[in-house]
Amino acid sequence: MKNRTIKVDYLARVEGEGGLYVKVKDNKVADVKLNIFEPPRFYEAFLRGRHFTEVPDITARICGICPVAYQTSSVRAMETACGATVDGQLRALRRLLYCGEYIESHVLHIYMLHAPDFLGCEDVLDIAKVHPDLVKKALRLKKIGNDIMVLLGGREIHPINVRVGGFYKVPTKNELQTLVEPLTWALDFALATVKFTATLNFPDFEQDYEYVSLRHPDEYPLFDGRFVSNKGIDCAIDEYPQYFEEQHVAHSTSLHSVVKARGAYHVGPLARYSLNFDKLPEVARKAAKKAGLKETCFNPFKSIIVRAVETVFACNEALRIISEYKMPERPFVDVTPQAAVGHGASEAPRGTLYHRYRIGADGLIQEARIVPPTSQNQKIIESDLAAYVGKHLKLSEEKLTWQCEQVVRNYDPCISCSCHFLKLHIDRQ
Amino acid sequence: MKDTSKPKVAVWKFASCDGCQLSLLDCEDELLAVAGAIEIANFPEASRRIVKGPYEVSLVEGSITTPHDAERIHGIRRQSKFLVTIGACATAGGIQALRNFANVKDFIPMVYAHPEYIHTLGKSTPIADHIPVDFELRGCPINKYHLVELVNALLNGRKPNIPTDSVCMECKRRGITCVMVSAGMTCLGPVTQAGCNALCPSYNRGCFGCFGPKETPNPDSLADWWEKEMHLSKPEIVRAFRGFNAYAEPFRKASERHEK
Repeated sequence: MKNRTIKVDYLARVEGEGGLYVKVKDNKVADVKLNIFEPPRFYEAFLRGRHFTEVPDITARICGICPVAYQTSSVRAMETACGATVDGQLRALRRLLYCGEYIESHVLHIYMLHAPDFLGCEDVLDIAKVHPDLVKKALRLKKIGNDIMVLLGGREIHPINVRVGGFYKVPTKNELQTLVEPLTWALDFALATVKFTATLNFPDFEQDYEYVSLRHPDEYPLFDGRFVSNKGIDCAIDEYPQYFEEQHVAHSTSLHSVVKARGAYHVGPLARYSLNFDKLPEVARKAAKKAGLKETCFNPFKSIIVRAVETVFACNEALRIISEYKMPERPFVDVTPQAAVGHGASEAPRGTLYHRYRIGADGLIQEARIVPPTSQNQKIIESDLAAYVGKHLKLSEEKLTWQCEQVVRNYDPCISCSCHFLKLHIDRQ
Repeated sequence: MKDTSKPKVAVWKFASCDGCQLSLLDCEDELLAVAGAIEIANFPEASRRIVKGPYEVSLVEGSITTPHDAERIHGIRRQSKFLVTIGACATAGGIQALRNFANVKDFIPMVYAHPEYIHTLGKSTPIADHIPVDFELRGCPINKYHLVELVNALLNGRKPNIPTDSVCMECKRRGITCVMVSAGMTCLGPVTQAGCNALCPSYNRGCFGCFGPKETPNPDSLADWWEKEMHLSKPEIVRAFRGFNAYAEPFRKASERHEK
């Protein structure tokens, strides 16, 4: 077959509404489109005129799967704008909440969205028919992530306890202590998950990515630090606009994020892992090595193993934070608004999430810019699709289509998040 | 594997964050039991498998914001015996309904470089503005136990047991000291439907209205109290009512009254 078209109108097992389109002409990939038809919701527009303290509640609603990422990037931007410092136990609690989101989101993706592809199943319920015990344990692990979010955030989706300056209420040591036993089990099962994911079959497919992630001198990055890449970027969070831009593609309205100097880049677990392997706790590094991973990984299909390694990190980090916890005297620090621009970034489970706000002395937002992980990965997903299809033209239509979907799911894309991108498909005859 | 004996349940998405349908996957303890009682016939977030309608129950998440979606919802209604809207977007238009108080043409260039390519409606509207809806499940996000109760009730032919009183009542039942009276916090609890078990007051903050207006609310009286007793400015009052349920009529009218 010299000419063929692979089309998936509605991608399953991704968050949000998207499709994909690959056109092959004379045995060459002629066109690839990750088509996002999620309706735009205009967050950056209606944030104007809102009070700076409202951002964690409003931006959480961008994504039901990673609300803590939106809350964290937005409050960090506001605190930076207002010159407030949130450190010590309050900062540790923020990391703990983020660990809860990592466990919940990664386990959802590993077992419910990604593993079915490797096992030839339509969904997790099919897996449950063959491996009921595995799925039950996966659900239990996911729930422990959610339990952290419920205890610390008030609820697992759109937590209510995050505020600019800290929290509304902080837990007692005893309250956090109730998580220790479940988390100890969770750490064990996360290690088992690394082992399980390492047994899956991976296509031989490595790409020369430019990985971008936060990097922090003392810890595996969740928020704060600097942006770094394996191709030379090393910049402060507020220097983001100097190195990255959102670009217009001629035939589409999609805003693709690119490194100004070079083009497409890759954010997410593979980037974080490959740029911060030395910052992982020993238990996670050992598990990764045992699973056959090197200190960097350039096979996007293996992101499932890396998510499992990061789940080990999250369980371990949560246990560490709880063991060192001393209840702070006040649940938050005071933050006084001033006319300024603030930048905030954090590592959402699916990649770097950057926020920038300009606020007035009255505390009202004048301008907002939010760059979600999926928009940054859009270009890379398309280039992966082109490369993958180019190598596998001999596969049957059905198989190739499914594997193309898997190429997209490697990125755990969050299309609702990136919905201020809209890409129109134009047929080129 | 297709099981024709079990009632078919479908999940549909419009403009939303996915959080409400994620609630179903967050029912970790109940998921396998629920999945055993129904056939999940259309749930793209969780499965590649698509089973054709008609469906016993359709759960609809999200608001109508594009001409295409305004058409699509009719097809879903035709295929569904029970159609239930889940969450603030589907029941009230969601946070994206803040555009309804502005001109969306002013909004587009703030986000997009090529406004001419954006196909969007001037307003974000609830599903019930377009088709008859059998039941509305409130919340931003919904309470996942409400969802399990609702599916259970529909499949067993009984009325779902979902509270319609206020967050205030939940606070009283939990014995939480009133955050508005004792700490002077702005709280929408008196006019907001129950469902969260007074979550925010239990975390030392005022309710911000996730579950939308309760039955027969009196938001004007509440706003007068804020204005006269707590000295809130008019813009502060407007913002308080303009959250995830801003376009629900009682909240909309209260905010519009203070915008003048």
